[in-house]
Amino acid sequence: MNSAPQVPEPILSVRGLRVAFGTPRHELVAVDSVDFDVRPGEVLGLAGESGSGKSLTLRALLRLVRPPARVSGEVLWRGRDVLRMAEREVRGVRGGEIAMIFQEPMSALNPVLTVGTQIRENLEEHTDLDGAARQARAIELLDLVGIPAAKARIEDYPHQFSGGMRQRAMIAIALASEPQLLLADEPTTALDVTIQDQILKLILRLRRDLNMSVVLVTHDLGVIAQTCDRLTVMYAGRVAESGPVSEIFERPRHAYTLGLLNSVPRGGALRQPLSSIAGQPPSLANRAPGCAFAPRCPFVVADCSVAPPPLVDIAPMHGTACIQHRKVAQR
Amino acid sequence: MSVAPITGPVMRVDDLHMRFKRPRSVMERLSGRPARIVHALNGVSFSVARGETLGIVGESGCGKSTLARCLVRLNTPSAGTITYDGRDVLTLAGAARRDYHRRVQMVFQDPYGSLNPRMTVRQTLTEAIQFHGLRVGGAVPERVSELLELVRLPADAAERYPHEFSGGQRQRIGIARALAVEPDCLIADELVSALDVSVQAQIINLLLELQQRLHLTILFIAHDLRLIRHISHRVAVMYLGAIVELAETETLFRAPAHPYTEALLKAAPELDPARRSVIDAVRGELPSPLALPAGCPFHPRCRYVMDRCRVERPPLEGRGAHHLAACHLEAGTLRPTAVQAEAEEPVHARIGGMP
Repeated sequence: MNSAPQVPEPILSVRGLRVAFGTPRHELVAVDSVDFDVRPGEVLGLAGESGSGKSLTLRALLRLVRPPARVSGEVLWRGRDVLRMAEREVRGVRGGEIAMIFQEPMSALNPVLTVGTQIRENLEEHTDLDGAARQARAIELLDLVGIPAAKARIEDYPHQFSGGMRQRAMIAIALASEPQLLLADEPTTALDVTIQDQILKLILRLRRDLNMSVVLVTHDLGVIAQTCDRLTVMYAGRVAESGPVSEIFERPRHAYTLGLLNSVPRGGALRQPLSSIAGQPPSLANRAPGCAFAPRCPFVVADCSVAPPPLVDIAPMHGTACIQHRKVAQR
Repeated sequence: MSVAPITGPVMRVDDLHMRFKRPRSVMERLSGRPARIVHALNGVSFSVARGETLGIVGESGCGKSTLARCLVRLNTPSAGTITYDGRDVLTLAGAARRDYHRRVQMVFQDPYGSLNPRMTVRQTLTEAIQFHGLRVGGAVPERVSELLELVRLPADAAERYPHEFSGGQRQRIGIARALAVEPDCLIADELVSALDVSVQAQIINLLLELQQRLHLTILFIAHDLRLIRHISHRVAVMYLGAIVELAETETLFRAPAHPYTEALLKAAPELDPARRSVIDAVRGELPSPLALPAGCPFHPRCRYVMDRCRVERPPLEGRGAHHLAACHLEAGTLRPTAVQAEAEEPVHARIGGMP
């Protein structure tokens, strides 16, 4: 134990998370065997293309995925399994200890309530503050997330805010309960690049000052590189690779991660063909029996099509579900 | 392949303005207030050489899509001129106008919204070919197969409907539809923005290949700086309806001359986790196009702002070879790699200490 650096215990451990739709005979498994940990104060990126199950995973953590979808596995939040909690207990965790923000602030905020009302609602549910203190606190929170003239704007409605300000307001609501973990589902995808930059840096500053952990779902590898400490790459509902951002960006150990990183244009290769990944992501109903990436994979061998490869550790805190990870690493 | 065969400009845009009147509310009518005006384009000028790719980049609301729509006459500009091959586009009529619309084709961001859902791919392509009378009789199906091959779709795609395809494939259909009329200029408005990265790369490669094969001139409009840098010979940066900087791609990315370009480049998340910054690239948000700031439109957000910027609008001027910028700063004032001097906005640590 002495040789390895001291790694703090995770506050959230997800084990064997599975989300299935359809009938038991014709089951569509959208998320399968997903494992990951979140440690105190870290930003974990959850990356993947559309349909990879990253948003569904995030929602399943807070029991926001409702029947007929079937959710199984373990979501250990500070030792307690969220999936097996009583509904009352979940309500203390959801929006309290764990808060969530969404991609579309306009549809996630209530359009007929003022921003102030929505912050005070959360304060009422999750803190012991009285009315006057809640009002003072709500203004403080709006100020904290960088809304100018917070006091004057607290009784504004969401439609009176710009896209970036709405996202800030949603973050203020999420912070009202002083969460230990913030789940962010594509929080900047709908925003312009200069506003995205402001929001991401706000999240990072809040993480530092409030010692929160963050799980950030995004499809943008640039956002991951700039914001996250560790990264979990998902493909077709499973974890493809999981490890420290710097390690994965320097030397990806899964053929899909490598393909994804190479698909992004970088400066200096003006007007040269990009190395794209052939084909398209598989549909839910039509997944290969083995590794779901095998039909598109340039490294494919016969073994890839037998069974989905398990996530194996290749370095401390770095796992990959790729049979060919040695070949991939040599590239 | 990196140098365009420059043969003089094929398209020239001069001082283009586009103003939209906002519908007046009942209260505004009763009180007799005039309709509010959205200033979407405020004097845009540039030219494009044959076979060149001009990238146009900017954030939402900068007028880049309005510009594209003006170029194909989906909107009629309020003022200014557009010439194509020496002819004034805005006064074309009859056969000459039809011919212009054939030669300059637009490909839209959302092929699901721009393709008729009740027409098969064959019907869509055939309609375009026959409208312009490019092929007759048996040559039409032949041309359809040729087009599908050109965009690398399987031959059986012809009998299917748009909803049966994935996003990337639908974008290929959109491109095939544009190419069906043998254009020499493509206007691609956010062509790949809705696609996943791995599929994006496929479409970009296709576009590069088609451009070489068919000698196309391309206006590539996008908000993604990495894509723009990859595909363009020259890049124009737009802000609030005006071009603020125009230069050859590598010049613009290595040594931007306008503070907005600099901010945009800084804000774009870099792919290198070792290079992070904790300071906001630019403060504030885009002003409303209903009430443009006086002077330089960027001055309320600019970190180099001077008194002059608040009153006098800088013209787009030469900054060296093939490099234009609209800024009052002396050349060489921007230090793209220098650390920003502004102090980081302090985050109030009090939240943790609250009861």
